[in-house]
Amino acid sequence: MALAEARAGEEEMGPFSRVHVTINGKAYDAEVETRTLLVHFIRETVGLTGTHIGCDTTNCGACTVLLEGKPVKSCTILAVQVDGRSIQTVEGLESGGKLHPIQEAFIEEHGLQCGFCTPGMMMTSVALLEKNPHPTEAQIRRAISGNLCRCTGYVNIVKAVEHAAKTMSAPSGGGKA
Amino acid sequence: MTVHGGIGQSVKRKEDARFVRGQGNYVDDLKLPGMLYLDIVRSPYAHALIRYINIEKAMKVPGVLAVIRGKDLEAANLAWMPTLMSDRQMVLPVEKVMYQAQEVAAVVATSRYAAADGVAAVEVEYEPLPVVVDPMKALAPDAPILRPDKNEKSNKIWHWEVGDRKGTEKALEASDVVVKEKLYIPRIHVSSIETCGCVAQFDSTSGKLTIWMTTQAPHAIRTVFALVSGLPEHKIRVISPDIGGGFGGKVPVYPGYVLAVVAALKTGKPVKWIEDRSENIQADSFARDYHIEAEIGATKDGKLKALRVKTIADHGYTDAAANPSKFPAGLFHIVTGSYPFEQAFVEVDGVYTNKPPGGIAYRCSFRVTEAAFTIERVVDILAKKLGMDPADLRMKNFIPPEAFPYKSALGWTYDSGNYGGALRKAMDMIDYEGLRREQGEKRKRGELMGIGISSFTEIVGAGPSHTFDILGLKMFDSCEIRIHPTGKAIARFGTKSQGQGHETTYGQILAEELGMSVEDITVEEGDTDTAPYGLGTYASRSTPVAGAAAAVAARKIRAKAKLLAAHLLEVSPDDLEWKEHKFQVKGVPGKAKTMQEIAFAAYTNHPQGMEAGLEATAYYDPPNLTFPFGSYICVVDIDKETGEVKIRRFVAVDDCGTIINPMIVEGQIHGGLTMGLAPALLEEIQYDEQGNIQGGSFMDYLLPTAVETPHWETAKTTTPSPHHPIGAKGVGESATVGAPAAIVNAVVDALSHLGVTHIDIPITPWKVWKILHEKGVD
Repeated sequence: MALAEARAGEEEMGPFSRVHVTINGKAYDAEVETRTLLVHFIRETVGLTGTHIGCDTTNCGACTVLLEGKPVKSCTILAVQVDGRSIQTVEGLESGGKLHPIQEAFIEEHGLQCGFCTPGMMMTSVALLEKNPHPTEAQIRRAISGNLCRCTGYVNIVKAVEHAAKTMSAPSGGGKA
Repeated sequence: MTVHGGIGQSVKRKEDARFVRGQGNYVDDLKLPGMLYLDIVRSPYAHALIRYINIEKAMKVPGVLAVIRGKDLEAANLAWMPTLMSDRQMVLPVEKVMYQAQEVAAVVATSRYAAADGVAAVEVEYEPLPVVVDPMKALAPDAPILRPDKNEKSNKIWHWEVGDRKGTEKALEASDVVVKEKLYIPRIHVSSIETCGCVAQFDSTSGKLTIWMTTQAPHAIRTVFALVSGLPEHKIRVISPDIGGGFGGKVPVYPGYVLAVVAALKTGKPVKWIEDRSENIQADSFARDYHIEAEIGATKDGKLKALRVKTIADHGYTDAAANPSKFPAGLFHIVTGSYPFEQAFVEVDGVYTNKPPGGIAYRCSFRVTEAAFTIERVVDILAKKLGMDPADLRMKNFIPPEAFPYKSALGWTYDSGNYGGALRKAMDMIDYEGLRREQGEKRKRGELMGIGISSFTEIVGAGPSHTFDILGLKMFDSCEIRIHPTGKAIARFGTKSQGQGHETTYGQILAEELGMSVEDITVEEGDTDTAPYGLGTYASRSTPVAGAAAAVAARKIRAKAKLLAAHLLEVSPDDLEWKEHKFQVKGVPGKAKTMQEIAFAAYTNHPQGMEAGLEATAYYDPPNLTFPFGSYICVVDIDKETGEVKIRRFVAVDDCGTIINPMIVEGQIHGGLTMGLAPALLEEIQYDEQGNIQGGSFMDYLLPTAVETPHWETAKTTTPSPHHPIGAKGVGESATVGAPAAIVNAVVDALSHLGVTHIDIPITPWKVWKILHEKGVD
């Protein structure tokens, strides 16, 4: 999908670069200011606003997305750096009208309140469970320590990740993203 | 018969469906056609004259359309705006800046990035002035006067006191034992993960201004905007969409909001302003900053007699505290806590300094954490002095359950409580006696372990209209319900959730009161064009005030529904009773009408002479505040090598009256505890002598992560509020209020044998290590 409107009204700015990127399995192609941060590309150029911005210093993790399956903080990566690569955001978790087990688990265990850190927190958790399907509480806490939550006190987030781990490893299978 | 999703059920939250899909609607998600972006030039100095602002280069930056300066606003009489506490604050300075990171000019551009380029190109020349950061120095006779427009002689803003000064003095003199301690509760910042921001849009055809903004109090904000701008109030619409955490930080009106509105009016296009994190931490309102001196007197066998508290409150350059108007120090006079002091006296002096405005809450009702921390700290210090166990001293002195309603020495009437019950439960859960034995053994081996208790009493749910107002607006709140013909409903409220789950919990109150399923009730808040007027969500007031309005409005609906049911059943209304969530003929259980059947009749078959429809509105004026309470016990182990404090266990027993949704209540407590841990061990905003902020980003200002946060253990007792329609008290902030003292008491307990009586928060490893080093412990 071309996003020609990205340059509208900004002719005199620059420099510009063309970025081809696959987000949630869909190809995007846009010309953006070369300095455009990946998070702004995702939110404003592509229009997927589930990925949030909570700080400018790579501390809070609200902007976490998966880059080739690995969690990265999209506020500290330029869009041009992901040219030709594949990204998953929170919008890509649900599949065929069915929530991902991590989404189900956050609801079941009350792992979210204001919802602002939630997308980043879930993306980090998905990456953890991919690498380590049966994490201990300490491993979960360490894995999400780059994602700040001001509402929940983390207890129920940890429970949600444990819950998802169980669902995903059950014989019936919770599936994965 | 129970209704699905009624009171007391842990139903899953309705709001989660959109949040887990990334479909929340936060302010920064809004994108309007032709929208412009606003960014702000900020002062590097804490106090300086502005010699000039040169915008020439900025105006040449591609994409920049306008630069707004103080003098531009002055022409429209908008350079200053009122604060909530009868002070005034600058939107943009004309003459001088008063704190580092203060707004100096605003740049409007076609993109976020172009606006930032424009900010970098604005040239400002400053002439630095002497800086006052220490409120004690600010009160010295030779201190520079910071606000000659308010007070030409001193930097003192106000003096406030309550209680019997002489009586307390006498009671302290007559006490066998008196302990006195200085406690500093430092500046901290709420740092909700979503920063503040807005989108302002002015429709020149209709003359209507719409502002989507991160506000906890949309209705009050609309009125303030009308009064300040002169725009008619019906031509202003404030929409508070999903809010990514508030905690008090989204109550004030910040200059950025006003600048975005000015820019929208000036350009005729929608304008977005979103703070970045460093702007949020450096310039938005702060909490706490109380320099407290507390004295407590008791008999030698531990009967509490008198409490005297003197406080210097640092308010920064303007008194922009978000307090009810009549309470410059908030509800700090809840400082007698859970104890029946015969005499108490508290005084506070508010002081100006070269810092951003302080005096907002940090997930607590107005200054209640400061109060709870003070009393729970000095009671512990007294216990040590008396050689009593801190649990015994508390148990001996608690206001007994039969004494409620209880009038405190400082004038509050506590609604209900069972303080001993909560403490005993916490002690049993954690095996208090066993821990004391363990501590004794460990101390012999030279290991540092401490146990800390906090038995706090909160005061929330502001408030009764005879005493509580903000800018003259009485602190009621509201609910409007409409039942549709098929028995489904929409209810709107004057509050605004920021993560508390109102869509679910308000729905549960209505489900219970109306005999409907929670799924059949839509709850809406935050749009001033549609929701009834209310004062908003802060100070744990949503459930005590708007939750009560929900019950009252529902009961009005029930009153009409009863007449409709009588009509349908062809009986007299007197023959009907509300039983098992429907109206049934007394003694004839089979003869009944559900709310769904009644609602249909309200539109299709209502009696002649009765108005059609089934709806009601309630504006609830609470007769009193509510007084949630709890007892927390914290166990810490201290690493002698590093000074690190490790929380081994933390048990929290809370009593918030009737519980609407146990799952949500527990979640609120988990979060509150973490925001109690934060100032106790990690967070502080410091300034150097030039007024440079020392922790202006998440690199330096340490929010607890999942690693520092322990696995909180929670439990409850239930003592309903006698004056609330459903007995609820509010819970969002209890844990933030109660936790810090438990943690500090535990750390001091671990070190008490070394002669330590107090350590100011945050208790960092460095502070502990220094103490251990000084005491020769290694």
